[in-house]
Amino acid sequence: MSTIAPEFRLSRFVASLMNLILWILVLFTLIGLPLVFIVLFYIELPEINGELLTPYLALTWIADPSRTLPIIKSLLQTDFFRIAAFPGFGFAALLAAATIYIERKFLAKMQLRVGPLYCGKVEGILQLMSDGLKLISKEIIIPAKADKPIFWAAPLLFVGTAAALVSLIPVAPGWVVADVDVGLLAVFAVIGFFPIITVLSSWASNSKFPFIGGIRALHQMISFEIPLILSLLGIVILTGTLNLTEIVESQQHYWWIIFMPIGAIVFFITLLAELERIPFDLPEAESEIVAGWLTEFSGMMYGLVQLGSYVKLYAFAALFTILFLGGWSGPMVWPPFPQEIITEGITMGPITMKIPGLPLLDQEMLNATLWFVIKTVGVIMVILLPRGVFPRIRIDLLLHTGWYKLIGLAFVNIFIALALLYAGVLGPGGLIQ
Amino acid sequence: MITQLPPGMQLERVDERIMTLNVGPQHPGSGHMRLIIKVDGDYIVSCDPDPGYVHRGEEKMAEYRNYIQNIPHLERPVIHDSCNILYPYCLAVEELLGIEVPERAKYIRVIASELNRCVYTLYWLSIYGIFLGHSTMFMWPMGDRELLIDLLEALSGARVTHAYFVPGGVRNDTPSNFEERCLRQVNYFEKRLKEYEDIFYQNPVLKQRTEGTGILSRMDAIRLGTTGSVLRSAGVDFDIRKKEPYDVYENLDFQSQVLKEGDSYARSRVPYLDMLESCRIIKDALKKMPKSGSVRTKLKPNPKGGNDEAYRRVESGRGALGMYVVSDNKIEPYRVKISVGSFRNMICMPYLLKGEKLGNMPAVYWSLNYWPVEADR
Repeated sequence: MSTIAPEFRLSRFVASLMNLILWILVLFTLIGLPLVFIVLFYIELPEINGELLTPYLALTWIADPSRTLPIIKSLLQTDFFRIAAFPGFGFAALLAAATIYIERKFLAKMQLRVGPLYCGKVEGILQLMSDGLKLISKEIIIPAKADKPIFWAAPLLFVGTAAALVSLIPVAPGWVVADVDVGLLAVFAVIGFFPIITVLSSWASNSKFPFIGGIRALHQMISFEIPLILSLLGIVILTGTLNLTEIVESQQHYWWIIFMPIGAIVFFITLLAELERIPFDLPEAESEIVAGWLTEFSGMMYGLVQLGSYVKLYAFAALFTILFLGGWSGPMVWPPFPQEIITEGITMGPITMKIPGLPLLDQEMLNATLWFVIKTVGVIMVILLPRGVFPRIRIDLLLHTGWYKLIGLAFVNIFIALALLYAGVLGPGGLIQ
Repeated sequence: MITQLPPGMQLERVDERIMTLNVGPQHPGSGHMRLIIKVDGDYIVSCDPDPGYVHRGEEKMAEYRNYIQNIPHLERPVIHDSCNILYPYCLAVEELLGIEVPERAKYIRVIASELNRCVYTLYWLSIYGIFLGHSTMFMWPMGDRELLIDLLEALSGARVTHAYFVPGGVRNDTPSNFEERCLRQVNYFEKRLKEYEDIFYQNPVLKQRTEGTGILSRMDAIRLGTTGSVLRSAGVDFDIRKKEPYDVYENLDFQSQVLKEGDSYARSRVPYLDMLESCRIIKDALKKMPKSGSVRTKLKPNPKGGNDEAYRRVESGRGALGMYVVSDNKIEPYRVKISVGSFRNMICMPYLLKGEKLGNMPAVYWSLNYWPVEADR
């Protein structure tokens, strides 16, 4: 019998479980409960609806839906929920995780493979979880001569910056973390932060291949930021606003992609370059410079960078949806909430329960979110598509494309927008509203 | 006191602008070899290929085994082109021992060697695809390779190390329905090759990237002693199957594929055209092959060569592959010298990479049709 993996025995397993339960009970009664009561002795208990909220009462409320729902409803309105869960990071990370799975299956279908298949029984649906667990369990190795504080900070900064980009994106009317008046400028500001992180991390790792990768990333991002900004100026000219919510509302009847297809194409190409996706994945070109600026990252540091880059992918796809595809606008397809539940309550056998506070979310918002997600996932699929079709481009061709062709096209787009504005077709006071 | 250091150990001037990169045995963009590359910014100043990581002493091993025992280990340098590396050995030994090969065996040899050329070239092509960042081109040839491997498995019983050719013919006859099966799969394979053209060779990004990089002129190609697809892509019409036809190649209808450009794109395209030509050869050989007959001449146990020598070469997937066998009245050969195309093509790497951009390094390196294990032998 090997000592590394001893043979499994049910009796031993049950014994270890009982042992665990014993210790949990002992520690809970001797240390946990006394601690709780000591804390409760010193704090002032809140009074809600004329009742003193004791811990026992709080537990009772969780079991009673008519009491819980108002609490959940007020939770939905808090800033914390917005930042952590719905339009913020949780939603973005969920979509990013779905993107990774979709990418792997989608690419596999293109390449006559099956992709992840075994993990999670059904079509490898848990593959991402197992990859994540593997990355977490790996040792983090840092090069001896690395600049350690910056090297540690780089993945966190990367994820944080990507999350900052997510916070500016309105998902449904009123559902946005930061509804700033200069939303588009804020987006540019956040995008401008990525090259700094890349160069910092590549310089801090003190290694040759990351250094070359970092320099390449710097060239690529800086030369593509200019056409990125220029390609969106047309929309700003025609809408007269930088607020992303107002830009979405200006597309109630038509989408900007109809009038500015050139701008949309330029924005899409620069978006691929900013995301370092094939054919613009030069900073991570594995046959030339190992893994580029990611070479020295190991374990969960690499995982964080990957998470950040997929969150960034979602943010850019969402930006494309908002600016060119009309954001959340779309026909009403979500079914209305059944009114009889509000007026008559839910009947379950002999019991009829009336639950105040329903519906939790209104129909408008759910419909908007549905359309937003559909459009964004469509854009994400189009972003994934070139990976199966194109080889990697070379750095000089990339810079040539960025400086000569894309900037020129972006200016053409601006002239088209100006012409439409001065002809009085579009824009404030135009023929088409 | 200054002493003159030997040439390999001389000190060199260190320039702060120049960075030395070890595209070494553990780099994803190298094979079992190391390229010491010096870059000035994005430009390669010098490139020093450093092979020898997988040297196995095949030539010395061949001196301790008799002519038949040499078969399975001589194919080891390039296991996915094993028919073509055994071909010159069998031809040379047949010349030494004076063995006549049956007509049917000659045709089976041609079919097996062309199938094996396709298997090798698909493997090479898939790696060329992933070197350029084209992941679909990595998966497709790897998948289609299985079809041809299945055919070779039906012939020889092994998926990669076939050891199918023996002096005096081939090891065993074809299975009963081999002809129809081979024809069907080769027809399908030709159809797939047309799709490669669409997704890879006519891809605008690929053409933009590889056309005009690493240009090898016609004279340079001859002077540097390159062979095979590298030579033919530089405009030199030299295909050993045409120039020195062995076995039944003179009876078969095919063209040698020549391109004039001499850049990475042409070098990567000639093997592809060769695969299309191989399909033609296989179909033609299947038509002209005698339907029955012996496939192997009986040899005496432990045959002895006279006091003689023989040199034969064939066109392998990587160019001319020659075997020089010397015998001295013993059951073992006195010397077996393998002359491989990979090593000859590697020689022009420093010339081609000098002055190129770093991004062109994988494109030029792998377009040389170089197999490190074969070069080290």
